[in-house]
Amino acid sequence: MRPSIVKAQPDDVLKDASMIKQKEMMANHYNRLTNAPQTGEKVASTFVPGNLNELIMCFDLVNNLPEVNAIQSGLRKQSGAYIMEAERAGHSEDVCTYVKSDIGMMMKGNIGPNGKKLPDPDVLLLSYTGCFTFLKWFELLREQYKCPTIFLQTPYMADGKVTPNMVQYMVKQLKEDVIPTLEQVSGVKFDIDRLREHLAKSAKAEDDLVYILQSGKNKPSPIDAYFGGIYYIGPIFGAFRGTDDAIDYYRFLREEVDQRIAKGLGPVTPDGPMGEEKYRLVVEGPPNYTSFRQFWKMFYEEGATVVASSYTKVGGTYDYGFRHDPDRPLETLAEYCLGVYTNRSLPMRIDMLTDYINEYEADGLLINSIKSCNSFSAGQLLIMREVEKRTGKPAAFIETDLVDPRYFSAANVKNRLESYFQMVEQKRGGAGAAA
Amino acid sequence: MKTFVGIDLGSTTTKAVLMDEEERILGRGITNSRSNYTTACAVAGQEAAIDARFTLFRRELGAEDGADAQVEDLLSGLERSFRLEQFLEQLGDLEETCVRLVRGERFEKNGDAVKAALGEVFKRLRGEAPAMFAPGATRKSDFFRDIAGSRYLSVAEEVAREADLPYDVLLNVYDKSIIAVENRPPAGSLSDKFKNALDRVTKEGTGGSGDLGSKIQKALDIELEETYLVGTGYGRVTLPFSKEHIRSEILCHGLGAHMMYPETRTVLDIGGQDTKGIQVDAHGIVENFQMNDRCAAGCGRYLGYIADEMNMGLHELGPLAMKSEKPARINSTCTVFAGAELRDRLALGEKREDILAGLHRAIILRAISIISRSGGVTDQFTFTGGVAKNEAAVRELKKLVFENYGEVTINIDPDSIYTGALGGAEFARRAAQGRMEGVEA
Repeated sequence: MRPSIVKAQPDDVLKDASMIKQKEMMANHYNRLTNAPQTGEKVASTFVPGNLNELIMCFDLVNNLPEVNAIQSGLRKQSGAYIMEAERAGHSEDVCTYVKSDIGMMMKGNIGPNGKKLPDPDVLLLSYTGCFTFLKWFELLREQYKCPTIFLQTPYMADGKVTPNMVQYMVKQLKEDVIPTLEQVSGVKFDIDRLREHLAKSAKAEDDLVYILQSGKNKPSPIDAYFGGIYYIGPIFGAFRGTDDAIDYYRFLREEVDQRIAKGLGPVTPDGPMGEEKYRLVVEGPPNYTSFRQFWKMFYEEGATVVASSYTKVGGTYDYGFRHDPDRPLETLAEYCLGVYTNRSLPMRIDMLTDYINEYEADGLLINSIKSCNSFSAGQLLIMREVEKRTGKPAAFIETDLVDPRYFSAANVKNRLESYFQMVEQKRGGAGAAA
Repeated sequence: MKTFVGIDLGSTTTKAVLMDEEERILGRGITNSRSNYTTACAVAGQEAAIDARFTLFRRELGAEDGADAQVEDLLSGLERSFRLEQFLEQLGDLEETCVRLVRGERFEKNGDAVKAALGEVFKRLRGEAPAMFAPGATRKSDFFRDIAGSRYLSVAEEVAREADLPYDVLLNVYDKSIIAVENRPPAGSLSDKFKNALDRVTKEGTGGSGDLGSKIQKALDIELEETYLVGTGYGRVTLPFSKEHIRSEILCHGLGAHMMYPETRTVLDIGGQDTKGIQVDAHGIVENFQMNDRCAAGCGRYLGYIADEMNMGLHELGPLAMKSEKPARINSTCTVFAGAELRDRLALGEKREDILAGLHRAIILRAISIISRSGGVTDQFTFTGGVAKNEAAVRELKKLVFENYGEVTINIDPDSIYTGALGGAEFARRAAQGRMEGVEA
């Protein structure tokens, strides 16, 4: 989720240890991926929500995440051309732009963020079905790569809870289908103790991640839990959960956050430390990546900090208590997949956003509705109304896209954001105002 | 006298409202935005200041209700005369600008003849000007460019023919000059122009008794101090306003609608390139809003394209659509395809009025969808923006509101185009008082 090719920064911008660490981790990972054909390492393509990194590592497979590649293309301003390429090939304008960016990138040589060709996957591991588009995406990739495809069905949490049946159903799939296929593809025998080891490491980093995300409850918040949050979730939602690298990264980050809290500092923005915290927001929905900096600037320029967001839960709702549990290795993988944000029902999402507004003492809810992402966007207006009703705090709605630059209208977004900030201010001024 | 100014910089027109300390509107001004917001802002502000003078005249003459026929005669005479003064001033500017352009190699041979022809054209234009501003005369537009432009073109054609000069030479000089003139707000002092106008009216014998004249003079002597200004609208960011002088157009429209109709709870604004659905509380504070995304389908500009495509004036669309008995079914309000849609349907033999009626319905359908996303229609409902002047759009809106929300009071103010500027002026008044509801920037 973090751009591996970070633009040169002026010398006077001090880089935190966590930022340097993350940059190294990403660069190494992409090199490992693009060198796979030479080193003989095998590659598994999979998705961020519900990714089974601990399991993948048990088979010495390298984890490749097409979504993250699309985000990288978006941040590096290449997704626009990729999307057009995919549209020329017949993919309609409404299709998820992650998919089209990925397909377009494939069609144009599949060059990764490090400038080298990404390897063809040896296996497609679809371990999460909360997003229906994922199925279709992997159908397209299967057509292209003709490699084994694993499909792990994740039941939707329609009734707001995980039942023992759901877990058993998933564990059965893991035992009977996922693990045997991965053994076959990799030629490595499954070792459950190795899995336990990775899971224990995951839990350690997860503790720190939760601490960091919940630091948004401080005033001022030492982090921006949406724009900054995108960076913070990178390692744990990507290819590093269950590694020592991730443990180190989150330890560094936690120390930095503690320092900022001790000094009463707000978040660090691309333009340096943030000024006075004027608005505390909860944001629902993914960000826009093609104008990421410009979008962020519209917030920090106005003194708006995002104190909590739902997007930082797309790879797991750890703040609700879930940790990977080495004592129940397969069950914990199932529960992890079941718990990710987009697998939660609308009432659960409403509860969560309402809790955030109350617990983080936010001024209101802002929804960034993504044009081409139905799994996030469906029902968002209803969510908004309900959260508004329950919290009495003003909410607003903006519309952008993930990685399609054509769907980012800066003037329109800025107009709505400014209106929203002024609305919050006006409400604070007291409704008894004579007009 | 302290005054508070609200300026709404729309994509099509720029509006200004001048307000006094008692929250009363002193004057309103409007001009085309030209893609030059600084000028548009200055011109709209000046127009509002002119309008404010008339309010002050009325106050001084004790005729705020507009019932005194003698006073009304005097004021309308004064206004026509003032407009004439202003028109002549701009015409002079246009002439100078045109003549200045007649130089260089291109005009080596016929430069003098072109200058003479220009002199003749402007002499005739000046000659016919008083008739354009005579009592009962109607003008197609109040913008200098529109009035002067159409007359120039026809007079220049005659003069070119008589002088045996190519018409396009005169046309070309005009084209280059009008933009410059339009981007210069009239420079002359307002009170001089009022003075000239008053003299003229007095000479014509419609000036009333000397007592009225002195009262007018007294009102002219009141200094209008611009105490605080708030800018809003599409072009607000490009203006040399500091942040504390800028308010969101959504908040301004909400507050403006509340001031016109305090019982308003839902506001629909259809402007040049956006459509906004706004919910306000009993104090005019915005509770919720929705607007179109980056696509301007179904906004005012769409009607502009249709008008161009049909070779009609924007204001003629509504009346023609009202004649339809069988509106066409149109689903797309895509501005890009507006022309194609229209030509296709004409080719299929559909009537112009039926197509237009269908287009108006499509626009309102889209607006209704935006309103419903903002929380629906709650009594009372106020419709604002340029499109609120279009009778066919209003008819469709009333129909659809009734179908979806039942009996609802629908407010449409003849001055609804000034709603955003009015809200801005009130924000300015509050900010000057240091009040929080003015929204701290």
